[in-house]
Amino acid sequence: MAINKSNKSKFIYTILAWGISGLIFFPILWTLLTSFKTEAEAISASPSLFMFDWTLENYRDVLARSPYFDHFWNSVIISLGSSLLGLLIAIPAAWSMAFVQNKRTKNLLMWMLSTKMLPPVGVLIPIYMLFRDFDLLDTKIGLVIVMTLINLPIMVWMLYTYFREIPNEILEASRMDGANIIDEIFHVLLPIALPGIASTLLLNVILAWNEAFWSLILTAANAAPLTAFIASYSSPEGLFYAKLSAASAMAIVPILILGWFSQKQLVRGLSFGAVK
Amino acid sequence: MGSITLKQVTKSFGKVNVIKPIDLEIKDGEFIVFVGPSGCGKSTLLRMIAGLEDTTSGTIEIDGQDATDTPPAKRGLAMVFQSYALYPHMTVRNNIAFPLKQAKLSPEEIDKKIANAAKILNLDTYLDRKPGQLSGGQRQRVAIGRAIVRQPSAFLFDEPLSNLDASLRVNMRLEISELHKSLATTMVYVTHDQVEAMTMADRIAVFNAGIIEQVGTPLELYNKPVNQFVAGFIGSPKMNFMSVKPVENDPTVTIGVRPEHLVITKDSGKWHGTVGVIEHLGSETFLHVHIDNGETLTVRADGNCDIQYGDKVYLNASPDKVLHFDAKGLTLSLAAKDTLMSA
Repeated sequence: MAINKSNKSKFIYTILAWGISGLIFFPILWTLLTSFKTEAEAISASPSLFMFDWTLENYRDVLARSPYFDHFWNSVIISLGSSLLGLLIAIPAAWSMAFVQNKRTKNLLMWMLSTKMLPPVGVLIPIYMLFRDFDLLDTKIGLVIVMTLINLPIMVWMLYTYFREIPNEILEASRMDGANIIDEIFHVLLPIALPGIASTLLLNVILAWNEAFWSLILTAANAAPLTAFIASYSSPEGLFYAKLSAASAMAIVPILILGWFSQKQLVRGLSFGAVK
Repeated sequence: MGSITLKQVTKSFGKVNVIKPIDLEIKDGEFIVFVGPSGCGKSTLLRMIAGLEDTTSGTIEIDGQDATDTPPAKRGLAMVFQSYALYPHMTVRNNIAFPLKQAKLSPEEIDKKIANAAKILNLDTYLDRKPGQLSGGQRQRVAIGRAIVRQPSAFLFDEPLSNLDASLRVNMRLEISELHKSLATTMVYVTHDQVEAMTMADRIAVFNAGIIEQVGTPLELYNKPVNQFVAGFIGSPKMNFMSVKPVENDPTVTIGVRPEHLVITKDSGKWHGTVGVIEHLGSETFLHVHIDNGETLTVRADGNCDIQYGDKVYLNASPDKVLHFDAKGLTLSLAAKDTLMSA
């Protein structure tokens, strides 16, 4: 009886989980399908899901019209660069917050996190002017700096949660063994926290890869990442849904593959500290 | 060399004084045990000696040198933690080698010292395993191995056996005692288990609420506790306490008798009562006797004791085995008590 009941609820939850996943995945699937349609089919009033004339024309057009690989490399450099630079700052910050705590540490963390609640448009003018004055407009280094700053609070928070799970006694043991702060961080803390650092890095690569607001405003031709490349398909002549979908597919596929292979790591990283 | 001297050492966390001024002299080569209930400050004091906690006031001298503000690594001490605190990402070999690498020893010297420690602690076959693949006892041995290779002037143990099961604890207790005999190095050992304290220590310091109540050899503490707290803490099962009616010229308010000093008979005696729960341990029997004044006394009797639950019995104790405590809980010596009585 009890087994039947638990099987029944398991079945309902499974259906529910598939339903929600389907709902989330549907726009991505629709984009992928549209990228293989002709422009006429893409805007047809009665669109079909699979029964249409599949074509690679959109991909050919997009590759012919735009330097896709330039944008791709810009995305790689900006997302990876900002995540690595962020780690360089976030690791010592999270270390001090996790292991050299005082009564204001929690407030400091909350304040850092609260900056994520600020609408980016609120600091648009000052950042734009700073970029203009420092000649950072349309440069990859400029975008690396901005992405680092945007994602730093999340990186510090994630690493802090990870570091808090490491028993202080292990670090104390290393101090008794003669390690200085640098040895302690490099030889003891970082190797133990490697899974946490990897998931922090992954999540931030994804966040930076998908970021569009600052990429669109601060870049033009030289440093434009894939998000700006997608946006370039919404032109004054109109929206070309099929080409836009092809460009979107080409932009999201690399990160989708990365996310797929690292999903275990990501889920563990994001739920770390929540469940013991 | 490994003498440690504490002079008026205190520790406060905000307004809370966890260690009130403490003076203590730990001699070179001595095995001293800090024992006391949870939260009495024994671990904090050990961490202060290690340098892992700052000292609020007072001085800590190691080998005659003021080490109060010396960082942990420079004190020449090694510590074994309750949770073993092994580096989980390193093999046993690298765990033991870590302090030696920090000391910039040559690879040959490191290998030699690891081999030596592994031999002493029976770790030869585990050197290439990670801590996660070892049992609790093996992990604790690695932690001890990591401590001994440094040849420290003193070892600090912070409740090292409390994560182990009972039988392993007895074995490790013997191993640590053996180690102390063979290394002849100062050992400061923190525990809340008075059996560990009694069996291992040269001297025991009994802690209570941030102060040391008494320092002495295990038998001194057992036979001549300075107060009711020490009398109750040392000895297992713990001492029986009974309140007594005040008598003129006798400041005694409580008397204490150890379970092993009570004699149980069915004929006559000082205290009369009914036998409650009986615990048979084979070699000995513990009887909980509810005496007529409402108090319960524990009696240690022979393993073959034939007394049953509900029996009416009498209890006796030789007067020289009965301790007297005044209103402040201090032990009254028999001589002093006699003087007062005759006055």
